[in-house]
Formats: sequence, structure tokens, C-alpha cells
Amino acid sequence: MTAPHAVGSGPSGSTSSGATRVLGGLSLAGLALLLGYALVWSPADRTQRDSVRLMYVHVPSAIVAFAACALTTVAAAMWLRRRTEGWWVLGGASAEVGLVFTALTLVTGSIWGRPTWGTYWDWDPRITSTSLLFVMLVGYLALRRIDNEAGDAAQRGTRGAIVGLLLFPNVVVVHYSVDWWRSLHQTATITRLDPTIEGTMLFTLMLGIVVFGLIFAWLLVHRFRVGWLEERVEHAGLDDALRARRAEAGVVAGLGGGTA
Amino acid sequence: MLRDAALIAGKDLRVELRSQVTTQQVAPFAVLVLILFGVALDPDRGILARASSGLFWVAVLFCALLAIQRAFTIESADGGRDALRLSGLDPAGIFLGKAAAIALQLAALEVVLAVGVVIMYGAEVTGAPLLIATCVAATAGLAAAGTLYGVLAAGLRVRETLLPILLLPVLAPVLIGATKSFEAALGGVASDGWPWCGLLVAFALTYLAVGTLAFGTLMEEPS
Amino acid sequence: MEPVVHLRGAVTLLGRFPALAGIDLDVAAGEIVLLRGPNGAGKTTLLRCCAGLLPVARGRAVVLGHDLTDRGEARELRRQVGLLGHATGLYDELTVADNVRFWGRAAGATDDAVRTAMSSCGVDGRLADLLVARLSAGQRRRTALACLVARRPRLWLLDEPHAGLDQGGRDLLDELARTAVGAGATVLLSSHELDRAEALADRVVTLVGGTTDGNPQPSPAPTPTQEPVLAP
Repeated sequence: MTAPHAVGSGPSGSTSSGATRVLGGLSLAGLALLLGYALVWSPADRTQRDSVRLMYVHVPSAIVAFAACALTTVAAAMWLRRRTEGWWVLGGASAEVGLVFTALTLVTGSIWGRPTWGTYWDWDPRITSTSLLFVMLVGYLALRRIDNEAGDAAQRGTRGAIVGLLLFPNVVVVHYSVDWWRSLHQTATITRLDPTIEGTMLFTLMLGIVVFGLIFAWLLVHRFRVGWLEERVEHAGLDDALRARRAEAGVVAGLGGGTA
Repeated sequence: MLRDAALIAGKDLRVELRSQVTTQQVAPFAVLVLILFGVALDPDRGILARASSGLFWVAVLFCALLAIQRAFTIESADGGRDALRLSGLDPAGIFLGKAAAIALQLAALEVVLAVGVVIMYGAEVTGAPLLIATCVAATAGLAAAGTLYGVLAAGLRVRETLLPILLLPVLAPVLIGATKSFEAALGGVASDGWPWCGLLVAFALTYLAVGTLAFGTLMEEPS
Repeated sequence: MEPVVHLRGAVTLLGRFPALAGIDLDVAAGEIVLLRGPNGAGKTTLLRCCAGLLPVARGRAVVLGHDLTDRGEARELRRQVGLLGHATGLYDELTVADNVRFWGRAAGATDDAVRTAMSSCGVDGRLADLLVARLSAGQRRRTALACLVARRPRLWLLDEPHAGLDQGGRDLLDELARTAVGAGATVLLSSHELDRAEALADRVVTLVGGTTDGNPQPSPAPTPTQEPVLAP
């Protein structure tokens, strides 16, 4: 398969363009700026101390993960309506990139939880529903892969699309039922973020959200283009396969109806 | 549509009647799960009685997976899926019929499990109406979502391993709602359970609607 | 009159493999057409395609007035065809009578029609209450045939129907096909039992490599009395 960064092999072999280079440059520059703010220029929290700095990664990646999940559902719905490959490729790309951010959310959340709660894993509603989101994304991607091996562009994908379509509604239902479940147990979990944060801390968090949004878009575009190129390769294969199949007829027919 | 559903449900239940897979294999498995929980958790400290609601529904989920796999194994044998597509039956009817057959089998299993939980775990029933309402709503939800995801995985080589990972996260709200509702019905205050029962009803209705609409598209998928 | 089957340059994909790579075929109402060709020529795929089970990716394909390139129409078509394939679609855990009744009722057949179908295929009486799992291969095919007869399809698609049947079964099958044609149905079958099948068929079409290239181009309005076509 075409390598995503094989720039040397001409425009069709590369997944980058002027726009994605600008996007990538912005992402990296933003990330550097975010590091500066998150680690140096923003103050430590009164109760959480330095571990609050993880929030500048954790919260943005969680937001991006859930947004990616919503995008997958939108792509699945559009694919079911239009049956155009672009939506099919977009659904997979966004789920894959979303999975990375979901994992990042869980890992940073656990690391943050250790000094704050004294445990890596607390049965907090958000951890529970995020971990279920993780499994749902894995299942969706597994189904897509199997579906992809089995069928061609015209037939494949319905199974995957239905699961994709149900992905975001399921996440919402799971999230609220888990929320309800835990809220009856515990009077108050430690709020992850003081709602009254302001100044540099608020700015750093907002910056984090913007930067992670840019990184998501950047990765998504590249993943989408790789998927698109894969589709093109398959299509180019069809005409060759048809020619080969018809040639088979020529050879056997030339033998003079030996099966009669 | 309802005529087709009745035809399918009748056929599935007749297959069950003749093959006895649920009664001879799944029901013993359900009891076995209860025994294993008892062995794994310390039975002397009352943990089992306190956890009986959750353990009951986890056991039901395991049994549901088996029943759903079984319901679609019947169809995948000897070109059954193609035959169903050629049959002219309404896909929505096929969905409702299969879900109804699964629901009836699950209901029978739940009776077995409930008796087991009362006898073996010492659970005390204080709110029978809530208990029954919860079982009905949760079973409808399990059967509807299970049939929808079951047909997704049916016909794939890896269906046995794929179905749990697709279905179980989706069923998390049912597990939570049914467990909370059961806790209220087994020794708790019944009025605490009814809102959870409402969640189960909403879940069941949603999946019945989605399945009825989407099943036709899914049946088209060549296996 | 509009042909029952009308294919022009039809391409059907199995995964990425073009099992049908360009089929031109016309079958008129009341015709019995035999498909022949070596293994892997695409006979089974063509029959499944005509049943509306496989979509046509390229070309034109109209069967019983339904456009096969349209998914919704394919579903409408299916209830009007009967396909007897390698797989029988029977439930092993049910009896013969259960099976025929289920598939017959699904297509709206009455209990009388089901009984008639069973007796005409020789699976009534003692056989009727036997579990399908206990049947021999030939009895299975007879049961599948009974299911097809009970459905009263307008287009019969028979994929190597003679395979696995004894002499009596083969005679029975030919007779049922002729009776169906007499009642207005059309039959498209594939077979390797060429002597028997050619005697039954009005016309032979040869498939090689997923194409009908070796056959003369079908005329715009084919007639049932057309001469049998042989490969060059």
C-alpha cells in the first residue's frame, strides 16, 4: 500500500498538500506553545498542584475523542444515504484517529487520578463511559476490517455503517446511564476541573482544545487520503480483473467447445 | 409484518422444541455460572446476597449471548440466509419474530436464574411487581439489541468472537438499569427502582424501532 | 413480449473477482434454457444473480421487469423466483413437513398447496415426519424441490438440479419443470448431465470465463422456438 508520506513518488503517491503542510505546521507550533503554557507559564493548582497540568492534555483529547465519535456517526449516516465512498473512508479514518485520542484520554486520566484520588482507576462515570467508548470503537473498526475483506465497494459496509450509525447514540446513552448510576452512589466526586478557573489556566485549556482540534484535523486528512488511495487501487484492479476473466473465455472457447 | 413475525417466531421456537438446546445446554450453563460466582466470591460474608442483582444480570447477559448466537446459527446452516432473502418475508417481521423467540427463551432462563438466586444466594424478594416489570423490559431490550447486532455478526467467519465485543458495551445501560432496579426489588425500596425500569423500557423501544427499520438493509448484506 | 430475463454486458463481482464479466442473455416467457460450461464459468453466479441475490455492478439486467442494478427492486423480484441451489435452505432440526410448510407459508401458500407440493415431490407420508437431518442427499433435494413448488414461482432457477437425484427423481424433476412451464413459468437451469438437460431444454447457452461471448448475439425479440445454440 502507498506509504502516507512517500512525497517523492509524485502527487498521487503522497497524502500531503500545501493545505495539510500549513495545518501540520500550525499543529506543531501550537503544540510547542501549549507545552510552554502548560508546563511553564501557567500556575500550579491550589489543590491538585502540578498534576493539574495533565488536564491541558486530558480534557482536549477527551473532547476530540467524542467529536471524532460523532463524526463517525455522521459519516455512517451519509454513507447509508448517498453510498459514496468518501463517506465510507471518512467514517473509518475518524474512528481510527478517535481511538488514539480515546486511549490518550484514558491514559492521561489514569495518571492524573493516581496523585489526585490515590488510585489509577476510580469508577467515575466519565472513566467508565470513556472505556466503553474505547471498546465500541475497537469493535467498530474490527467489523469494518472484516467487512472490507469480504465484499466490494457496492456490497460491503452496511454492517459497519449500522454500527457506526449507532456509535454516537450508544455513547450518549451509556454516558448518561453511567452518570445517573454513579451520581446515586456518591454525593460528589472530586470535580476534575475547578469550574471557576480563570486567567492563564483557562487560556491554556482553551489553547489545548484548539491545538488538539488542529492535530485531529491534520491526522484525519492524512488518514482519509490514505483510505482514498486504497480505494483507487482497488478500482484500478477491477478493469484488469475483468480483462483477465474475459481472456479466460477466449482461451477455452478457442479449443472448440470441448465440453460438449 | 406481524404475520411474518409470528411465522418466524413459531419456526424458531419449534426448532428449539425439537433440538432442546436452551433447556439442555444454556439453562445448565446459567446455573453453572451462579455456582461459579459462589465459588469465586466468598459465600460466607453475605457478599452473594448483596451482589445477587448484579450477578443475576451478568449471568443473563452471558446466556443472552449464547441464545443470540444460536438463533443465527440456525439461519446460517445450509444457505438459510439466502433462503430467507428469497422467501418474500418482510425483514421487519423477521426481526420482530427472531427477537420474540429470543425474548421468550431468555424469559424462561430468567425464571431459572431467579429461583437459583433466591435459593443459592439467599436473595429476598420484596417488590415482586417491580421484579417482573424489570425482567420484561430488560428482556425486550436485550432481545431487540441482540437480534440487531446478532444479524450483523451472523455469516461472518469470526461471529463468535465479534458479537460480544460489539454487543456487550451497547448493553451496558441494560445491565446498569436492571441491576439497580433489581436491587430495589430485592430488599430495597421499590420506588427507587421504577425510574430505572423506565430507562429499560426506553432502551427496549429504541432498539425495537431501530431494528425494525434497519433489518432490511442488513439482510441484504451477502454472507 | 418483454423477455423474462434480459441481460446486456452484465458484470457481477464476488468480492473483487468478476465472476460474471459480461453476460448477454435473453430468456422469453415459457422457455426452458440450459446453461452449460466448465466449472468456474459463472453458471451458479448467473443463477443467483437472476434470483436477485447478487447485485449487477455494470451493464443492464432486467428480470421479470425488475432492474437488478437497483437494490430495492431486487427484493421485489425475489418473492417471484424459486432457486434450487447447492444449498437447500432447509432447517435440519425441523421435519420435512415443518420445512415445506414454513417456506410455503412465507410465500403465502395455503396448506392445500403445501400438501400438493409435498405429494408431487414424493416427500409425503412416512417421510413427512422425519427430521431433515436424517434425510439422504436425494431426499433433501426432493424436499427443497417441494419448498420451491409450494412457492409457485414465475421463474425457476435450477442449479444442477439433477445432481444427487436417482432416476425417478430426475424424471420427476423434468416433469415438474415441464408442468410449471405449461402453467406459465419460465425455467433457467444449469447442468452437467447434458444428455438429459438438453432433452429438457428448448435452447442451450454456453458460459465460459464469466461471459457468453461464444454464443451468437441474442436477437432483440427471441422466440421460444429458437434453435439450440452450440459453442463454436
